[in-house]
Amino acid sequence: MDIAFVIEKFVLVAIIFGISLLIAMYSTYAERKVAAFLQDRLGPDRAGPFGILQPLADGVKMFMKEEIVPTNASKWLFMVGPGLAMLTACIGTAVIPWGSAITIGDRTIPLQVTDINVGILYIFGVVSLGVYGVMIGGWASNNKYSLLSAIRAASQNISYEIAMGLSIIALLLVTGSMSLKEIVEGQHGWHWNILYQPVGFIIFMVCAFAETNRAPFDLPECETELIGGYHTEYSSMKLGFYLFAEYINMFVSAAVMATLYFGGYNYPGMDSMAVLLGPTWAPLFGTAVFFVKIFVFIFFFMWVRWTIPRFRYDQLMNLGWKVLIPLAIANIVVTGVVIALIEGF
Amino acid sequence: MEPLTSKKKVLEQKPLTLAERMYLPAIAKGMAITISHFFKKEATIRYPEVEREFSTNFRGMHSLKRDEEGRERCTACGLCALSCPAEAITMIAAERKPEEKDLYREEKYASVYEINMLRCIFCGLCEEACPKEAIYLDGPIVPSDYLRKDFIYGKDKLVEQPLNKK
Repeated sequence: MDIAFVIEKFVLVAIIFGISLLIAMYSTYAERKVAAFLQDRLGPDRAGPFGILQPLADGVKMFMKEEIVPTNASKWLFMVGPGLAMLTACIGTAVIPWGSAITIGDRTIPLQVTDINVGILYIFGVVSLGVYGVMIGGWASNNKYSLLSAIRAASQNISYEIAMGLSIIALLLVTGSMSLKEIVEGQHGWHWNILYQPVGFIIFMVCAFAETNRAPFDLPECETELIGGYHTEYSSMKLGFYLFAEYINMFVSAAVMATLYFGGYNYPGMDSMAVLLGPTWAPLFGTAVFFVKIFVFIFFFMWVRWTIPRFRYDQLMNLGWKVLIPLAIANIVVTGVVIALIEGF
Repeated sequence: MEPLTSKKKVLEQKPLTLAERMYLPAIAKGMAITISHFFKKEATIRYPEVEREFSTNFRGMHSLKRDEEGRERCTACGLCALSCPAEAITMIAAERKPEEKDLYREEKYASVYEINMLRCIFCGLCEEACPKEAIYLDGPIVPSDYLRKDFIYGKDKLVEQPLNKK
């Protein structure tokens, strides 16, 4: 392992970390703008031109607010909760392939922090850890309503994790690999997995909405029933961390959906573009295409949030256990049979 | 119970069809509606900078008018106070002195003219009752205040600015 390798990875990690924070920051702004436009309003437009400094203003406001720790709260866990939520949200980006290997001079640098051969499992592991932040936060607040909400969040995440995992199995049957890098490369050009796994994609997407606690599955935040949800007792930047983690999660799951089903950095006509742009700029163009896909998904998340009303809790559980899981299993069976037929046993 | 109107609709409760139970078509329809709003013109007005125009028959704060020579038109006849259903108007009449000829149009004038803006219902009957075309409800919205006594508007707030001061 030479020193250049370490520097290269370090720079890549720093860039990805910075980008995901930046995107999460401007997602909060975009969320409000999209909401406004969908409701014939203007949204934030006071801070800077078109209100683009709004996230900074929000950040300053969050930091300046009074910080309250409830008297009987478990103080250590109360502080760990938001940090854990942020941490688990951030580390998911490590295995996502942001672009094909880039060649600068005689060095080839893969635009992926680490290509582990169980990439999908890693993502699943990290995503399911995210519920610990919510659970610990709800528990440490020493507030019954927060705890109820946290339990709801945990049961919701666990239920939907199953359907999500099952929907991925059908995808793995098609691609034959668990490495995200290989899955992306298998979708060269326009051979995106969405063409082979439309049902799997719908299941995965619905579960992704539930996993990121976004509407219509934003039951952990339930202003109407349980005051504010698991973060009722949180104030200042601790609350900010929770809300911010949600946006990072949204970015990561948008990236995962684009990687698994929409070809990642692949796009139709990429071979001729590679010849045209050369080995340095073509991968970067692919990365740009990837980010466009991510932004489309983030927009989709917001579009759904401002369209569909929240599910009732029993409806949520019914959908998860009685609809999505059987559907995912049926999808696996059908995919398996089709593959067996094509390959002639 | 006897129906109050003839508009009666019998509610049908059929079981949901498969397409309805799948949620997704309905969700797609809803998404199409919201995205169509994305491209519509926003109804917002950037308030402090831009103000929405009132309709032409908007009735706002009262103003007591002056005539072409800058004299107050009001002759304290009391018809406005009489016509006021909310009894918001009080006035005290006084007789004009010879040296005040350029201030008031006729021999009698209102030395005190007060409208209680908390009582006023902006019906516009005072406007209609006035034989001298002295009172009009053509002002802006009455501004908010902290104390009840500040809502009793005297002549200092109601009378139009003299012509030469404009």
